[in-house]
Amino acid sequence: MADVTMRIWRGDASGGDFENYTIAQNEGEVVLDVIHRIQATEAPDLACRWNCKAGKCGSCAAEVNGKPRLMCMTRMDDLPDGPVTVTPMKTFPIIRDLVTDVSFNFAMAEKVPALLPPPMPAEGYRMFQEDVERGQEFRKCIECFMCQDVCHVIRDHEENKQHYAGPRFFIRYAELEMHPLDTNDRRDLVREEMGLGYCNITKCCTEVCPEHIKITDNAIIPLKERVVDANYDPVAWLGRKIRRKSKRSASEAAVQPAP
Amino acid sequence: MTTSPYEHHDYDVLIIGAGGAGLRAAIEATQRGLKVGIVTKSLLGKAHTVMAEGGMAAAMGNVYPEDNWMVHFRDTMRGGKMLNNYRMAELHAKEAPDRVLELEQWGALFDRTKDGKILQRDFGGHRYARLAHVGDRTGLELIRTLQQKVVSMGTDVFMECKVLKLVHDDAGRIAGCVAYWRPNGEIVTFSAKAVILATGGVGKSWKFTSNSWEGTGDGHAMALWAGARLIDMECIQFHPTGMVWPLSVRGLLVTEGVRGDGGVLRNSEGKRFMFNYVADMFRAETAESEEEADKWYDDHTAGRRPPELLPRDEVARAINTEVKAGRGGPHGGVYLDIASRRSAEFIRRRLPSMYHQFMELAGVDITREAMEIGPTCHYIMGGVQVDADTTATSVPGLFAAGEVAAGLHGANRLGGNSLSDLIVFGRRAGMGAADYVENGHAAEGFDMGEVEAAVKEAIAPFDRTSGENPYDIQRDLQEMMQTNVGIIRTASEIDEALVQLDGFTERVRNIAVKGGRAYNPGWNLATDLPSMLSVCKCVALGARERKESRGGHTREDFPKADPEFGKFNFAHSTSGGNWDSAITTAQSPLLVIPEELKTLLEEAK
Repeated sequence: MADVTMRIWRGDASGGDFENYTIAQNEGEVVLDVIHRIQATEAPDLACRWNCKAGKCGSCAAEVNGKPRLMCMTRMDDLPDGPVTVTPMKTFPIIRDLVTDVSFNFAMAEKVPALLPPPMPAEGYRMFQEDVERGQEFRKCIECFMCQDVCHVIRDHEENKQHYAGPRFFIRYAELEMHPLDTNDRRDLVREEMGLGYCNITKCCTEVCPEHIKITDNAIIPLKERVVDANYDPVAWLGRKIRRKSKRSASEAAVQPAP
Repeated sequence: MTTSPYEHHDYDVLIIGAGGAGLRAAIEATQRGLKVGIVTKSLLGKAHTVMAEGGMAAAMGNVYPEDNWMVHFRDTMRGGKMLNNYRMAELHAKEAPDRVLELEQWGALFDRTKDGKILQRDFGGHRYARLAHVGDRTGLELIRTLQQKVVSMGTDVFMECKVLKLVHDDAGRIAGCVAYWRPNGEIVTFSAKAVILATGGVGKSWKFTSNSWEGTGDGHAMALWAGARLIDMECIQFHPTGMVWPLSVRGLLVTEGVRGDGGVLRNSEGKRFMFNYVADMFRAETAESEEEADKWYDDHTAGRRPPELLPRDEVARAINTEVKAGRGGPHGGVYLDIASRRSAEFIRRRLPSMYHQFMELAGVDITREAMEIGPTCHYIMGGVQVDADTTATSVPGLFAAGEVAAGLHGANRLGGNSLSDLIVFGRRAGMGAADYVENGHAAEGFDMGEVEAAVKEAIAPFDRTSGENPYDIQRDLQEMMQTNVGIIRTASEIDEALVQLDGFTERVRNIAVKGGRAYNPGWNLATDLPSMLSVCKCVALGARERKESRGGHTREDFPKADPEFGKFNFAHSTSGGNWDSAITTAQSPLLVIPEELKTLLEEAK
């Protein structure tokens, strides 16, 4: 097949620029194949992160022609003719070339109060397929962080990272909130510290999700409704104040270790 | 006190590797109140465990109440062609159900039976439907569950940190390791009272593999260099169903769940050829006709098992033979057909990632057409010789669990037994290491001489201006191993491999790396190659010595199993301590199976 020109951003935190590589391309190849060929020949120090090369680990996210993509699942023959531009994810600080510092996400993961189930019966828990399916959708997440990359609350506003967890963690909170066994209540936490209210449901996250998780419709909107019910419905609010809640409050939940 | 000139950390238990076994070990050791650190060369949650698809085997009896640990033990031993460490197979079969159940306390959401229990699916070599699963992404569920548990416990995780070598104390006990940070290339040292290796497999030394770049056998090699023994290294599992086209994805795994859920293998003549390849050992329990096999899927008492669900080594060899006989497809594979046997809706629900994978990468709709597949290097049964109960190696302070450890699977691993291996022996490694630490056996001192030697060797490629590109060496090594020590082996080719491996040793001594130390994949590969070579040498040595065919080791010149070779493992060791030190290979007798367990094997035949 004909050669292709790859326009790849090279550099580090101190700056960088595009470099062009004109290189062979074979039938059926994905962007990551071509990046690997550049590494093996012209630029052995070209930094890119990857692991499974099968769309299952989420390591190789980058922006291909300006859009967040898994490089291992983006076929070269699906891209328009002409040079292919590959840049690192914009929302995260650069380490080198196509590799970014995604530690923001790991810091957010540490703030999630764990599942708090009742003690397990000797023969295990009983749960039904229709009850686990909602959570299973969110647990398909491969943590590629492309939803975080494309979310303009943090893509264009570095300062918001202090008080905004982002779509990846909204599906995590939704998963736990909808978990048939959970007794933690994270609704105040999600509203007060995780910045759920900043999301104005433009669905950019849903569009880029390689696992086709309906992040906005199935996680964020229901989560917003639960938070609203808990805080602004006077009957529910009063009920929560009077009754001892069956679920724990955010501050209690946060310090509660997992079983 | 250790005085390291580098960034230094001190732990009770240090775990190398953050896949299923490493994370499960970390949970156990952390719960014991010890100071635990995990070092991983990738990001947390990206380990090869995510690639496991079909499920984890545990005799919970949720679908077939007849199932129990004794049947699982028998299946594992027979699948392993009796080369297994019986005690590991016993512990694994007994403990797997509890390990699966406890995952649900930590957030795992398995597929369910109608009455709300964990659903179990059929897989090759397992008498009953036994694999707890989540569609075809069970490995992701396992790693995410363990990862989230570890994070909630506050265990320290060092990500993108590659360990170069283990470090001893003056008495020869393991005292820690030396590593470097991939993001900036800086050296870091860790002292630890106990070290657990959980580094996974070695598949990246073959051309067609389901393994990621990480499968370079770092833990296998480091254990060997540190004085431990590696056994069964010749036993390598070529998974029968890897993608073959396009070349870009050749080797990529196609889950055995396709066959468990009704998929069958056909050759280019459309014939279900597996009926011709039923070994005597499995004849009594395998269907003789398509009609009988097809009844079995709905009711395991109505017919015997379809031959497509024989253990993986049997199926891979059969595919190889069909292709060699000229009955393969256009890209050198055979056909895996579920489209003609199950509804499109069923396929999309049960095998969503397979549907997605073929649609996006090969342009094949598996609900409409058959997949072309062929064997791919998938898993090494061999590894570090360990004590079954504690996972202790022969080197004090060093433990190993998961794919890097050997024994459980014998000469061939059954599908589904690896995820359960990770959680059963990951936990036991955490316990074994914690006991060792609490009993006060820990190392005193930290050999900085070993650290400096490892650092010097690691950075030497930057000083060579005229050396060789590490990528060229890796590519040639993969070609060479695929050709000479692949799925079918013969004496002349193995001897050729051993000669060539000496040549590779010279080439690795002459690697030159371009660029700086910060996130430099070429340099990273240069530091992987010594491990890959040590592993390849052990594989070739074991393959040469085992003059028979058994499980994941097939010799064209010795096509049958020889009972004499069924009495011992081949064990490799080195006294030199380096990647290029001479390796000695010796017989290591198998454990004697107690009578009551032997009865299980015989009764259940």
